[in-house]
Amino acid sequence: MVELRTERRYQRGAPALKEYEMNKLARWGLTMPATIAVVLLLVIPVVLTIATTFGEAAGPFSTYTAFFKSGFRMAVLYRTLQVALITTGIALVVGFITAYVIAQMPGRLKSIMIVAAVFPLLTGVVVRSFAWLIILGKNGIINNALMSVGLIGEPLSMLYTQGSVIVAMVYLFVPLMILTLVGVLEGIPRDLIEAATSLGARPIPTFLQVILPLAAPGLIVGAVLVFTGSFTSYATPQLLGGEKQMMMGTFLYQRAMVTFDWVGASTIAAIMVIITIGVVLIMSRMARRLNPMAV
Amino acid sequence: MATRIHPLLGAFAILVFFFLLAPLVIIVGSALSDTTFLTFPPQGLTLRWFANIFQMEAFRRTAITSLQVALLGTGLSLLIGIPAAYALNRYRVELPRWLSTLFVLPILVPEIVFGFALLKSITIGLGLPVFISLVVGHALLILPYSVRVVGASLASFDFSIEEAARSLGCPPLKTFMTVVLPNIRAGVIAAFILAFITSINDVSVSVFLTGPGISTLPIQILAHMEQFFDPTIASVSVLLMLVTVGVMAIVEATLGLTFLTK
Repeated sequence: MVELRTERRYQRGAPALKEYEMNKLARWGLTMPATIAVVLLLVIPVVLTIATTFGEAAGPFSTYTAFFKSGFRMAVLYRTLQVALITTGIALVVGFITAYVIAQMPGRLKSIMIVAAVFPLLTGVVVRSFAWLIILGKNGIINNALMSVGLIGEPLSMLYTQGSVIVAMVYLFVPLMILTLVGVLEGIPRDLIEAATSLGARPIPTFLQVILPLAAPGLIVGAVLVFTGSFTSYATPQLLGGEKQMMMGTFLYQRAMVTFDWVGASTIAAIMVIITIGVVLIMSRMARRLNPMAV
Repeated sequence: MATRIHPLLGAFAILVFFFLLAPLVIIVGSALSDTTFLTFPPQGLTLRWFANIFQMEAFRRTAITSLQVALLGTGLSLLIGIPAAYALNRYRVELPRWLSTLFVLPILVPEIVFGFALLKSITIGLGLPVFISLVVGHALLILPYSVRVVGASLASFDFSIEEAARSLGCPPLKTFMTVVLPNIRAGVIAAFILAFITSINDVSVSVFLTGPGISTLPIQILAHMEQFFDPTIASVSVLLMLVTVGVMAIVEATLGLTFLTK
């Protein structure tokens, strides 16, 4: 009886089995082109690039010790970290307040404000950095305005300073922060804030104890986006920082394409990859732990 | 959430929007200035700087390259990204989890590192033509958009509709084209737009992949800026902004702009 059943099932199951095999084939076949593309064109090239840094005659870590011992190279790394951290901090505060205001707006005004934030985001990095050349330049708007008022006698040199890079970076990344946070803030249930208010909480404690914890995961996502974006940027430090304000991105390019020091460039690349991926991993773990809705 | 806003917060937000939009207005203004140097407010109004772009062969050529790379790269990334997004959603439990991480790697790896690695391995290592490297590099750079954005629309797609079509005898590819694809149309359009915009504005990857005679528009603009500081750059920037306006109009017409906050 049992044998007969298995046999029948086998006969009946044949098409189902075929279907299963086909599904298996389909799910691998469908993901295969993208998988091959990423592995072949991204993973292998990047891993090989990093691998070349360990193949020096002077020892596997010699390029790294050289990097960490060189005052100039460490200054570039510190400057990059500093610019990225300051940019992230400013973008967090500015983005949060603006997103908070946008989230309170009635429908139509809200969409207009979102459009106004999206538009710069969709405009290219080169164009947006270029605007600051016109604003901060020797013959720029600020200098012309200050001179015509008579506040200064000679044009200030504001370009190619850390300040000019940070201003342009904040300009670049605030829209990203706003858009990340508007979604998060809109997702906070109204009842929670009403509950806090009706129980007598003042605005500031409500903000600190209700809104901020609920927005924390979003703030972390935004911070990661802005930090990694500014840490690895190229066009903005190139245009507004120049040689004087070299950052990791421009330093990598200079080593690779101007001095043709490919091992040096690969070392910079490796350090950038490790810092970016490290920050993303640590922060995403933190975001998961901080999410009060997940408990 | 909707509470009353403190006037100070409102004023702050207005200042932020001024900060976001004023630089773009300044670019438009200086593109129209009838001077040989960049200045704002414009002194005299002229369109000659726009005419000047079309006379400069380098801008025309690189604009065409940029357009070709963006279209081919976006097409390629959708071609491999949509099937992957489909499989990830359809067979979620049966596929390993690292696969979805793999497809966002191009966002995780710094662009400038990716560009350098591509130059070393593809352009120089394999000796592929610069144009091919550009297309391939851009396609990979924007693959996460294809997979994630299309994936987001597939996540709300009811696969039982597809099974109904299949059980009624519709072949798999036809089912996908006539049942699945129309349902995830919004996601595909959104992915296309984000990918196209990212590609056409890209600097960090392209900066390594330009060779003799081949360059993209943003790279050409950067190179021009290092030598000249005339309103031509401002007018090229205005044209690029017009592309963005066009794209946003398409988004508004097809999806509504609020989808961008999701």
